[in-house]
Amino acid sequence: MNALASRRRHPAAILLLLFLGLVATGGLYSFLAPKPAHAATATADDVNAGKMLFLANCATCHGLNAEGSSGVPSLAGVGAAAVDFQVGTGRMPLAGPGVQAAASKKIKFTDAQIASLAAYVASLGPGPAIPDDQYTKGDGNIAHGNELFKVNCAMCHNFAGSGGALTRGKYAPSLRNVTGTHIYEALVSGPQSMPVFNDANLSPTDKNDIISYLHELDKNKNPGGMSLGNLGPVSEGMFIWIFGLGLMIGAAVWLGAKAA
Amino acid sequence: MSTTATPKGAAGLRAKDAKPVSAKGGGLAGWVDDRTGAAKPLSYLLKKVFPDHWSFMLGEIAMFSLVILLLTGTFLTFWFVPSAGEVIYNGSYVPLKGIAMSEAFRSTVDISFDVRGGLIMRQIHHWAALMFTVSITVHMFRVFFTGAFRKPREINWVIGTVLSLLAINEGFTGYSLPDDLLSGTGLRAAEGFMQSVPVVGSYLAYAIFGGAFPGEAIIPRLYTTHVLLLPAIIVGLFTAHIVLVAVHKHTQYPGPGKTNDNVVGYPMMPVYMAKAGGFFFIVFGITTLMAALVTINPIWLYGPYDPSPVTAGSQPDWYMGFADGALRMFPGFFEFTVFGFTLSLNVFIPSLVVMPLLYGIAGAYPFIESWVTGDKREHHLLDRPRNAPARTGLGVMAISFYLILFFAAGDDLMAIKLGLSVNDILRAFQILLIVVPPLAYWVTKRICLSLQRRDRDLALHGRETGRLVRTAEGKFFEVHQPLPEHELWALVQHESGKPLQLTATVDANGVRRPGAFKERLRGKVSSFYFADSVDPVTPAELAAAHHDGAAHEAIEAPQEDAGQWVGQLHGGADERPETDAYAPHEHQHDHDHEVDPDPTTAR
Repeated sequence: MNALASRRRHPAAILLLLFLGLVATGGLYSFLAPKPAHAATATADDVNAGKMLFLANCATCHGLNAEGSSGVPSLAGVGAAAVDFQVGTGRMPLAGPGVQAAASKKIKFTDAQIASLAAYVASLGPGPAIPDDQYTKGDGNIAHGNELFKVNCAMCHNFAGSGGALTRGKYAPSLRNVTGTHIYEALVSGPQSMPVFNDANLSPTDKNDIISYLHELDKNKNPGGMSLGNLGPVSEGMFIWIFGLGLMIGAAVWLGAKAA
Repeated sequence: MSTTATPKGAAGLRAKDAKPVSAKGGGLAGWVDDRTGAAKPLSYLLKKVFPDHWSFMLGEIAMFSLVILLLTGTFLTFWFVPSAGEVIYNGSYVPLKGIAMSEAFRSTVDISFDVRGGLIMRQIHHWAALMFTVSITVHMFRVFFTGAFRKPREINWVIGTVLSLLAINEGFTGYSLPDDLLSGTGLRAAEGFMQSVPVVGSYLAYAIFGGAFPGEAIIPRLYTTHVLLLPAIIVGLFTAHIVLVAVHKHTQYPGPGKTNDNVVGYPMMPVYMAKAGGFFFIVFGITTLMAALVTINPIWLYGPYDPSPVTAGSQPDWYMGFADGALRMFPGFFEFTVFGFTLSLNVFIPSLVVMPLLYGIAGAYPFIESWVTGDKREHHLLDRPRNAPARTGLGVMAISFYLILFFAAGDDLMAIKLGLSVNDILRAFQILLIVVPPLAYWVTKRICLSLQRRDRDLALHGRETGRLVRTAEGKFFEVHQPLPEHELWALVQHESGKPLQLTATVDANGVRRPGAFKERLRGKVSSFYFADSVDPVTPAELAAAHHDGAAHEAIEAPQEDAGQWVGQLHGGADERPETDAYAPHEHQHDHDHEVDPDPTTAR
């Protein structure tokens, strides 16, 4: 105890005390903070449970029977794939009105709850189902996927899936580090401004090839060095003006100041 | 700039030259000289004196980038195949395996992945190309804002402008060669520009592409243009550019001992051999560092060109950005149908008129300015930008115009990165393009005038030291420190322009004189340039400010104890007019009578 007392005026003591205090507060908070309440439990994986979730979380905008209203789409016929994509990527429930629902890291529901919601929406009318694992694993032909990606996707999502701008504030989001299932579901359900790529357009194997190409990009091999965001010549131009010219002028000033 | 060095000038350096090597001169050098006569011109060149300033090295960055481009470009030609022939890729880059592509694209991918050192060579080449155009641009800014384009250097300015125009077109042909998705999109756009030329557009496009787009002819043609035609012209013009610099001698910033008839600096050998030679390695090193660390133009990600796909974020390299931005901003309603023919002025004007127009104005500027000022003298001393407020304002105005065009080319990336609407951004740029340049002119000119006034103030009253002095009479003064003479010189050496006086527009009989309109116009432009010019401090004003010759003592003679504050007392009652209630006491203005505050109370 004496040893401790003698060190109480050590400069690090205050920092240590602060650190302990913060850890204690944070720890207690994580135990005691009120958990978000859910209207239904996640145990029931059937249409009724989904309907309960829907009424509590979605009906405000989409209507009691998912019939939609002005500016809000009806959910009859969008299928389980659309629900799994929109809710599973955090786009729904919509955080706020805007030009476009943005993906969010905060997923509001558990996987089981999402499955219930999807089951309920699927029961409203026939639509694309959640894809089979064999088409979303990304073990297909990368080169073929590359070719398909360039023809069908690159004009909005950019050559390396970095995303791009659409009209009036809408945008095609980045496709980096998106799961194969979500890519597949987006292809078949056509969220936001995206067109639908049905099986007649791109077969399930083709879709798997595209997923394979995107997963190849995710490995970030970057043989040329830093990628500058893979945004094309704009970021290269910024780099040369700021860093390239900055270094050159720095060297010139240094040499100019150097005595002969 | 060493102040202790004895000024001897290039002629002085040459005075001690050994007599020309005779036929009996020894060694290899003598042997070569006997057969080429190279010793004299070479030694002349080696003794050429250059002034020292970092901004004079911006052009060197361009020169060295050109050397890097020639070296790495030669390396790339050993493997590049300029052919549109279709092949199936089977190299080591998996995401392209089995895909049909042109030989040009395959060989570029092979250079990137299967030729040893190929990728870094490609990246050095491309970064050096961007550095080349960047350094040309900033070099141009330096020459413009310091007035280095004035007589006798107008021709060299025009050559530089042409070089800059050639450089960006050389860049575009290189950008188009690998036949990747981005370069193909660029070529497709270029084809559209050609087609937009009224009347002959489609013939022009067919002639250049050798048929319908894309055809097989364009890549070999671009290749010849990129590796032979344009480089030859660029190197030729560049040589002329450098020879003219040697002929005119280098300009220098104003300073003590620097006149229109000398060049103060160091000789080529050994000082600039070391400095410029070292700078070459620095430029090469920085370019290589960038190439080693940062990807440029990842053609393997773009994939081979195919007329059907296009990628989001399709932009040209930065130096073509202003033309792309103009194209994006130009309103679409400029497309007309005349007698059943479509006149695509909405494409023709921004893509094919803006570039030559901007470069044309830039090239013509020295002639415009000399017409306005009527100045036919030679200028080897540079202007400080503030001392030419109208020119500096016009330059900043042009740059702001260019920058808005340039930034508009990246509107889609701004939209996605800033979460804005691309339509709104474009509209904002359209408005800014009209509003900002005149505003930039006005603001810059006012800043220049203010800086000139500050220079005047500094020259007349010296630096405020913040030290307050109370005299025996109880007066308070702030002690002003007169500027050292070599600093003072830079503030007072220039001349300010004066608006031309209008001569009579009618002759003695009241009849309109021929040419009167031209003269009136010239008078108007001249007063636009010089109406509110600030004159530099004259020696008389300086003397007056330092109180009737006492200034001489303050600056030149060692200060005596009693005259401690002579020439330094400003801002107080000392400078009040006689009518002022706080005017200084009579005796202080007696000639030859020193201001005599009691030194003890002064402290």
